[in-house]
Amino acid sequence: MKLPSSSHLSLRYPYFLSAIIFIVVLLVNFYFQRTILEGNTINNNMRVFLPLVLLTAGQAIVVLTGGIDISVGSIVSIVSALLATRVGLDGTVEQTLTWFGIVLLVGIIAGSINGIFIAYLRLQPIITTYATSFFFGGLALFILPQPGGGIPAEVANIYRTSNPLGLHWAFYVIPLLIMTWVFIRQTRYGRYLFAVGGRAQAAYETAVPVSQVIFSTYVVSGFMAAMAGICITLLTGSGNPQIGDPMTLQAITAVVIGGTAMSGGVGGIAGPIMGALTLGVIKNIISFANIDNWWQTFVNAMIIITALAAPGIIGLFRRNRS
Amino acid sequence: MKKISISPPVAAVLLAVILFIFSGFLPNSFGTNTQVAISQAVNIIRLSVFLGIIAAGQTLVIISGGEGIDLSAGAVVTLSAILTWTIVLGKDERVLPALVVVLLVGALVGLINGAGIIFLKISPFVMTLGMSGVITGLVIIVNHGNAPGRLAPIMTRVIARPLFLGIPGAIIIYVFFAALMWIILERSTFGKNLFAIGVNRVTAKLSGVNVTRMVLATYALAGALAAFGGFMVVGNTQVVFLNLGAPFLFPSIAAVAVGGTLLSGGKGSYFGSMAGALVLILISSVLTTMQMIDAVRQMVLGATLLIIISIYGRQRGFRQ
Repeated sequence: MKLPSSSHLSLRYPYFLSAIIFIVVLLVNFYFQRTILEGNTINNNMRVFLPLVLLTAGQAIVVLTGGIDISVGSIVSIVSALLATRVGLDGTVEQTLTWFGIVLLVGIIAGSINGIFIAYLRLQPIITTYATSFFFGGLALFILPQPGGGIPAEVANIYRTSNPLGLHWAFYVIPLLIMTWVFIRQTRYGRYLFAVGGRAQAAYETAVPVSQVIFSTYVVSGFMAAMAGICITLLTGSGNPQIGDPMTLQAITAVVIGGTAMSGGVGGIAGPIMGALTLGVIKNIISFANIDNWWQTFVNAMIIITALAAPGIIGLFRRNRS
Repeated sequence: MKKISISPPVAAVLLAVILFIFSGFLPNSFGTNTQVAISQAVNIIRLSVFLGIIAAGQTLVIISGGEGIDLSAGAVVTLSAILTWTIVLGKDERVLPALVVVLLVGALVGLINGAGIIFLKISPFVMTLGMSGVITGLVIIVNHGNAPGRLAPIMTRVIARPLFLGIPGAIIIYVFFAALMWIILERSTFGKNLFAIGVNRVTAKLSGVNVTRMVLATYALAGALAAFGGFMVVGNTQVVFLNLGAPFLFPSIAAVAVGGTLLSGGKGSYFGSMAGALVLILISSVLTTMQMIDAVRQMVLGATLLIIISIYGRQRGFRQ
């Protein structure tokens, strides 16, 4: 079957279009905010972008196998609520680190709950994670009914102000993520991910452990959500039991901007990470372009739709010409 | 071993009845007072009408397959409620024109969704999500958060009050609405083609179904149905605010799933969604009666939903 060229291109290089979109929004951002390329500004931006990047990377793995995880935001909220109440503003450094470990475990458990229901009980992912998002969100509110509490400033400042070798931690975390992915993709497990996303039934018939693979993706997603929760708590220094709520749909949007097909089987990590950065830059543009408050929601949505529509529009023109 | 199977809509209705009877035993509930029980049952059905109507468009879009989902439904509900509010301005004779306008606007929004999905190949999830942002953004720009307007007395009388033999008007409208949906899904060419493209778009196309036109029509119809939902909602709440529609969005998807419609498309029914809406409204009403704190209520709601879909929302295993 001959594919039209633009979709052919995006199948072969799923990151190609997301890279172009990212460069375009970056240029627009540069037009409005000339300091964007200065080290300090970049560090400040990356600090803010990192939580969504982590969340998106986890979501990307789930979407790659044809699933979706709409409970990630509420896992972020649980982490924020736990850290704020168990460590507290006057906690010690050791205490904070211990609880970092515990919340990562909580993320893994939360992801496992999703995974058991979806992979082994064979429930539909979107509705299962919708149900668990209520469960986790309620739990976060139960732990911390109102925003408050926090983590010790000395720990938060490591994230907020220190830049080892002049670069923020994000500059080390993101390449590490991508390198891990490049390694995983070549392993047997990595190939299983694509096989399950391509066609689960066929994968099952060729002896791929489909249920285990699907289960593992939700565990990864829960773990990454907990990482994102730690980062955002470090960034704000305080607890908020609903801080993750708006992040879920952003993460899914970032995954799609990153060239991952929602039906699974196509994509990776680098594209979605660029997607997450793109969303961050779009927010920057809106705040630096002096857009009237009333217009912000509209402009934000229009930029996202336009970015996603651009490849399709180009495709339409090409088809008409040939 | 032969499995006993009950069709999901029937299971959901049974579940609703059991839940309702169970809720009678709760403290400060109706107990053995049949009069109160009936009026409470009627009230819960009345409340489920609004979610049920909003879930109608969602049902069509989900049956159409291709990862179909309509995340703009909540925003369309708000938009249509505000439009109704500002067009009617308290005059009975302006209700019908308002209804026509909101249906057209809803259909237009749906048509744009469909065009983005079928021509520009944008994933429905993100296309409709983006559309939802665009609509909410437009409402904010135009209204700046407050819309002058007033409902017509006739809307309140027909939608919110008992109309005939003590049955609320909303329920009577719902019965006609459900009959219409049944005809669309089960007795029309459109419905037949809808299930066909939901199962497999390629085979549908090869059998002569115009897939492009079907997708456009489905999303447009879904938009119009969501707009009708907004019209009904404002008739019941009698106020408008920016966040009016958003709380209906995910429950409308949940209602479709609880009703046994496959989220991957091609299989489902509107009666299922109606039953699903009833179950969801009933659960939240029972939880409210139990006077739990908000956090616990959310957790119980999530757990209950999980149990319900575990009972019959399971997909086929790989081994069969």
